Amino acid sequence: MATMRYQQALRLAMTEEMERDPDVFLCGEEVGQYQGTYRVTEGMLDKFGPRRVVDTPISEIGIAGMATGSAMVGLRPVAEFMTWSFALEAMDQLVNHAAKITYMSGGRIRCPVVFRGPAGVGTQLSAQHSQSMESWYAHTPGFKVAMPATATDAKGLLKTAIRDDNPVIFMEHAGLYGLQGDVPDDPEYLVPFGKAAVRRAGVHCTLVSYSRGVHLCLKAAERLAAEGIDCEVIDLRTLVPLDMDTVLESVRKTHHAVAVHEEWRNVGFAAELSARIHEQAFDDLDAPVLRVAGADVPMPYAKNLERAAIPTDNDVIAAVKKTLA
Amino acid sequence: MANTTVERTAEDDILGHDLQHIYRTMLLTRRLEESVYRKFHEAKIGGYLHRYDGMEGLVAGIIPLLELPGDYVLSTYRDHAHAIFCGTPAKEVLAELMGRATGCAAGKGGSMHLTDPVRGFLGGDGIVGGPVPVSLGVGYALKYRKSRNICVCYFGDGAMNQGGVHEAFNMVGLFRLPVLYVLENNGYAMGTSLQRSTGQTDFVLKAEAHGIAGERVDGMDVLHVLKVARKAIDRMRDTGEPYFLQIDCERFVGHGIGDDNTKAWTTYRTQAQIDEARKRDPIVLLYNALSARGLLSDADAERMDAEVAAEIEEAIAFAESSPEPPLDSLYENVYS
Repeated sequence: MATMRYQQALRLAMTEEMERDPDVFLCGEEVGQYQGTYRVTEGMLDKFGPRRVVDTPISEIGIAGMATGSAMVGLRPVAEFMTWSFALEAMDQLVNHAAKITYMSGGRIRCPVVFRGPAGVGTQLSAQHSQSMESWYAHTPGFKVAMPATATDAKGLLKTAIRDDNPVIFMEHAGLYGLQGDVPDDPEYLVPFGKAAVRRAGVHCTLVSYSRGVHLCLKAAERLAAEGIDCEVIDLRTLVPLDMDTVLESVRKTHHAVAVHEEWRNVGFAAELSARIHEQAFDDLDAPVLRVAGADVPMPYAKNLERAAIPTDNDVIAAVKKTLA
Repeated sequence: MANTTVERTAEDDILGHDLQHIYRTMLLTRRLEESVYRKFHEAKIGGYLHRYDGMEGLVAGIIPLLELPGDYVLSTYRDHAHAIFCGTPAKEVLAELMGRATGCAAGKGGSMHLTDPVRGFLGGDGIVGGPVPVSLGVGYALKYRKSRNICVCYFGDGAMNQGGVHEAFNMVGLFRLPVLYVLENNGYAMGTSLQRSTGQTDFVLKAEAHGIAGERVDGMDVLHVLKVARKAIDRMRDTGEPYFLQIDCERFVGHGIGDDNTKAWTTYRTQAQIDEARKRDPIVLLYNALSARGLLSDADAERMDAEVAAEIEEAIAFAESSPEPPLDSLYENVYS
């Protein structure tokens, strides 16, 4: 066990998998010589060489095609999008090719590719650099979607992603790259997909989130505890496959739920959670499921406006109190 | 008598190739294409349907030269002929077109997404320009593995205007990957002619601009395509360098099922233009060339006609009597 940053845990995961499996390689913009724009791939070019750590031109369609095509013939690429905002350029290769080739070929062609990179808002990067679109990818049959909230999960989930034979959308959070955590040394430490983590046990209200939203929920829960309100915080870890069992078990205990994410509220993933909880646990609910999410605006630049567009622990606390009222 | 060693030419190599089989396979693809509209109007085939009539030289002149499996082929939605030339049985192609469980993609793909990965055919593609970025990945994998195999990627003149094609070309040229690009230049992107869609119509120039050498080829002359492709492929196996073939050809029928009546033709092509194009039918030209070399007699050709007709009828019967995919296969293969 070692204490390290989320960003280092990602690097450790990739390094271990590249040492273990010669078919794993990395590609993306500035991943090699520049050492990675968030230093996630720092040192990896020196360690593995340019055949396995490929600096690409600024060509997201090319990057996605390179990863999809090489996976279709048996390599295991890990393709970085510098941010998930830039992946929009590559949507056709992602959705119409990577996600669908296994189905369209009647299961005869696999696509074991990982698309990874930072999502996350809050540093005045403005509108074009401030979206993740995880609900688009979760919406698309054929993808798996993983969004680690901790350094431990950053390693465990990325290793699972690399070993998965399916295309995985792996969304890191730029605001979590510096988050410290205990990361097992074991090169076989894997966090399975489809298994949510109960980060805090509680009895009054279920808070469901993923990525940085989990920390928001934990902060809110801590403050609410001082008022005698005991929240259970669930970290989904993966949106697809989705561990509804853990969520429903919690709701059957607490009878109240709030779904939380930073991404836009309208048609966001919380809407899916809300729908499923209502469909599958209606009789266990004492109140409708509420959602805490980002404001439905292109992210403004001004610091005060941006702050107002991103959910805070105050928003989560307000939602919990509203649902308990 | 002194032993003389004669330098083996590309021509000899091709003549050593089974040209009768190539001719027969062209007949097979043509008869298959001729049968599909009939089946569509019988409501046995649904969706989109894009025929390859007139363009057979582009597959006949290249795919027989490949090492399959080992090499890879990527194609467009106009992909029936590619599947056949890669070795997919006609009955599996027709069963797929009819959405049956016995289709080459288990009824999950349809006309635009035929696949046969065991034979190296990674598939057709419903997205114009879609296979080109994918070919970059296939080429990268081949170089990564230090393989002598190549990837052949077919795409059309219309696709050359898609942005992703140029991203892929730049990266293939930059990384020097073993991809053979085959531009199926039939002069029309659906109903829009080259002249109306493309400012710079010298496609070889565009490939060269990305660092990929290339040449222009007459696709109606199969022997010519074979010669050029033989040289290009041999060189690619030795050097690992990419190459580009602009192959000019004619599409004898409309773009697809919705564009195949005389009225539609007059919106962008005249009957006279079609008739003119049909004068250089690649199958007839090949017949003439083989006949002149004593490699194909009238009797051979007639026998092949009859065999192919029977094969297609048998394939249709197979497809029509095959079951649809079971309903519980709906959710299968979403994930591996």
